Amino acid sequence: MAILSFKDFKSNQEVRWCPGCGDHAVLASLQRALPQVSKACNYVRERYVVVSGIGCSSRLPYYMNTYGFHSIHGRATAIATGIKVANPWLTVWQACGDGDALAIGGNHFIHAIRRNIDINIILFNNQIYGLTKGQYSPTSKFGAVTKTSPYGTVEHPFNPGSLVLGAKGTFFARSLDVELALNQEIMTTGALHDGTSVIEMLTNCVIFNDGVYKNISDSSVRADRTIILRHGEKMIFGKNKDKGLVLDGLDLKVVTIGQDGYTIDDILVHDAHTENAGIHMMLAEMKYPDFPVALGVIRDVKDVTYDDGVRDQVKDVTAKAKIHCMDELLNSGSTWEVK
Amino acid sequence: MQHKVIDAKNVVIRFAGDSGDGMQLTGTLFANTSAVYGNELSTFPDYPAEIRAPQGTVSGVSGFQVHIASGEVNTPGDYCDMLVAMNPAALKANAKWCKRTAIILIDKDAFTDALIEKAGFKTKNPFTELGLDECKLIIAPITTLTEESLKDSGMDKKSIDRCKNMFTLGIAYFLFDRPLDYTFEYIEKKFGKKRPEMVEPNKKVLQDGYNYAANLQMIADTYYIAPAKLKKGTYRNITGNQATAWGLMAASEKSGLPLFCGSYPITPATEILQELAIHKYLGVKTLQAEDEIAAICMAIGAAFAGNLAVTTTSGPGLSLKSEALGLAVMTELPLVVVDVQRAGPSTGIPTKTEQTDLNQALYGRNGECPIPVLASHSPSNCFDAAFNAAKIALEHMTPVILLSEGFLGNGSEPWLIPHMADYPEIKPPFATKLSEDGTFHPFERDPETLVRKWAIPGQKNFEHRVGGLEKNHTGMLSSDPANHQMMVDERRAKVQKIADFIPELQVDGPEKGKLLVVGWGGTYGHILSAVSGVREAGKTLSRAHFDYIVPVPRNTKEILESFETVLVCELNSGQFAGYLRTLFPKANIVSFGKVQGQPFLVNELVDAINKEI
Repeated sequence: MAILSFKDFKSNQEVRWCPGCGDHAVLASLQRALPQVSKACNYVRERYVVVSGIGCSSRLPYYMNTYGFHSIHGRATAIATGIKVANPWLTVWQACGDGDALAIGGNHFIHAIRRNIDINIILFNNQIYGLTKGQYSPTSKFGAVTKTSPYGTVEHPFNPGSLVLGAKGTFFARSLDVELALNQEIMTTGALHDGTSVIEMLTNCVIFNDGVYKNISDSSVRADRTIILRHGEKMIFGKNKDKGLVLDGLDLKVVTIGQDGYTIDDILVHDAHTENAGIHMMLAEMKYPDFPVALGVIRDVKDVTYDDGVRDQVKDVTAKAKIHCMDELLNSGSTWEVK
Repeated sequence: MQHKVIDAKNVVIRFAGDSGDGMQLTGTLFANTSAVYGNELSTFPDYPAEIRAPQGTVSGVSGFQVHIASGEVNTPGDYCDMLVAMNPAALKANAKWCKRTAIILIDKDAFTDALIEKAGFKTKNPFTELGLDECKLIIAPITTLTEESLKDSGMDKKSIDRCKNMFTLGIAYFLFDRPLDYTFEYIEKKFGKKRPEMVEPNKKVLQDGYNYAANLQMIADTYYIAPAKLKKGTYRNITGNQATAWGLMAASEKSGLPLFCGSYPITPATEILQELAIHKYLGVKTLQAEDEIAAICMAIGAAFAGNLAVTTTSGPGLSLKSEALGLAVMTELPLVVVDVQRAGPSTGIPTKTEQTDLNQALYGRNGECPIPVLASHSPSNCFDAAFNAAKIALEHMTPVILLSEGFLGNGSEPWLIPHMADYPEIKPPFATKLSEDGTFHPFERDPETLVRKWAIPGQKNFEHRVGGLEKNHTGMLSSDPANHQMMVDERRAKVQKIADFIPELQVDGPEKGKLLVVGWGGTYGHILSAVSGVREAGKTLSRAHFDYIVPVPRNTKEILESFETVLVCELNSGQFAGYLRTLFPKANIVSFGKVQGQPFLVNELVDAINKEI
């Protein structure tokens, strides 16, 4: 089989996102991650389907040289579900925004996660409606001033991570648009995960919400204000790799190694595979300035998937069936002859 | 009393009781027994939306009407020859459906002063109060007799009370000279494995009801309804919803494509999803979605992935699916949307039948958004209608709306079982060739049919993107004004060209003349009976019934314009009449509509027809 490169995933369509938009980096990351996935799993290109809803990020399928479906606002998850159940051999990716997936499409989002259907959802979270030119979204901070909240919002945002974990999600990862290598890493891990993988990409909207993540993503502060979690590794962060997370009672706490009696041995080891979602919830909800924002694969656990369940059930009942075609069905049960 | 056997050609029986009294089952068993016996028949369940409405109240009354005959049966009958009323409320709710001299069987134990008052009667004599004095009353202490029959069964009182319907059914079997075997078999099948201790008591109480009626000679007359002269072959009973499900499965078999149904439970369409869910062993996948929108979107996803995709719903659900229907039109993917219509608007009267979603099916979307619309015209015809809807969807790459009705979905009739060999193959236009530039152009069309090709994910080198944004033939996004006009025109012409692939409209009666009576959907049997009735009175008129609404058959214009008057009868305020007027302004179209949540009565159609002759 030919080895695929990122060029194989680039379509001939002109990319129309604004210059400087975070979505460019996510697209580039995906186009680089899929060759790795293909190599690892022996996937051919025609096996990929990329689905989206409506919004800036939902343009993504047009830029991928795969089968693609740019659907309607909020419904990408439902369409992706139909594709995967109809043909489980396909590997299905979904691109959606915070308004698309968590407002108008919130219902489909949580139910896909509940069913644990094997699709990979990239959630572009820029905390704003970009395509409609700057209204607040379900992830906009409380008090956010936007065109539809000139005096600030009076509603709390969703944290996509808590929503995923609350819906019994089996995979949740997060990254920043600018973290190209990490993006590819978590996209690949998400693709290999059997079940619904939600990958939250914190993206910058250069026009309507510029700098929304600046306080954590700026290269001068990123190392101190984010933590990259990897399964089996210590939860260490900071420019000098001297800060870490410990459990203090029932809460997480940031400590400096070598201070207040804390040594490297006290620092927690990340276990993305533990069934217990409690620690994953605490990690997903960490907010600057009290905590570093967690990046990387936060949760990655095994559970039965919906598509496997459907396939196994069909196999099972087919093996037991006494009826094998319509003519047999039509003549089954209570019938009578007229002579 | 002298016992007399009356040779009847035609009998209509209505079973009515509290919604927990098991009247739907009683009626169904009576109907199935009659079918196996060889009668022609038609049934009409008439039940409340509440699963267990307050006992003894008129709002909680559930009814099941069955029309049996030794000749042709087109409708479940307007008025009944016999009413079974398990309590005063059932009597009150159904008295209006009794013929003047109908037999009324009541459970004496339920006609207490308290229950008579609870049903809203003003006096203690409900029969006189309802003007039923000419009816023949059979007053049987059914509750007491059932308790007596089962006193040694070891069942508790509640379970015994639930067997009242079986005792009643036994009485009805004696009255109409029906064999008990079918019901015995049913009881064995239902309880045999899971609750064997229930088999004998149920058989006993049925037999005791039969014997009670026979022994006491309390019944003056019994009826003999000879088997009908049916066409030779193997028959089964089928409801419209079951037939719809099976028709879709037949299309799946004929096309070789797996059937995917994304659906959300909604009255009166739910049974289609339930029926499909049983048949996973025939390659059916059902997905009970989180909502109506998800249901259609999942189906659209499955269509993109190459399945025969279906979503089933009723009016309110169709409203929710509108935007996604537009997506299916824009992406030109095959999809069958079944709308089992119910009384609207909004939640309306969920368990009552109507044809009021026609305009929604025709026009209920944003943009220029043409969709083929078909209608089923009888419970068993739902099979062919569903098959045809799927065939059109798959071969013409378009969503199709199939309009059914609560009346059809829940109604049943004997059906001469078809052979799959008699059904045509279904051949979707699968993509086999790339364009000259080496890519697949999803919206390049067949010059004759204007149908695009279908490339399914997994097919090497046919990678392409579809979506809700306007595109050109190559699949590139386009907001070019001329391209948009062309694509709009092509999508419309593609649907119109389906007329070349559907049967012409058939006229029953002379091809031209004074009056043509027109209908569509589930009014078929009532209109047929009414037209026959008017003809028997010596008048000449013609009749035509539309199974295809968009596009209409090619010869429609010629036919409609050949009559002085076209009387369109439908269960709405004239939606189809309005549609025909728009298409054929020269035809003289008169509308006769009714919106009461009930089917037509043959009599009222006869009156409407006579006004136009």
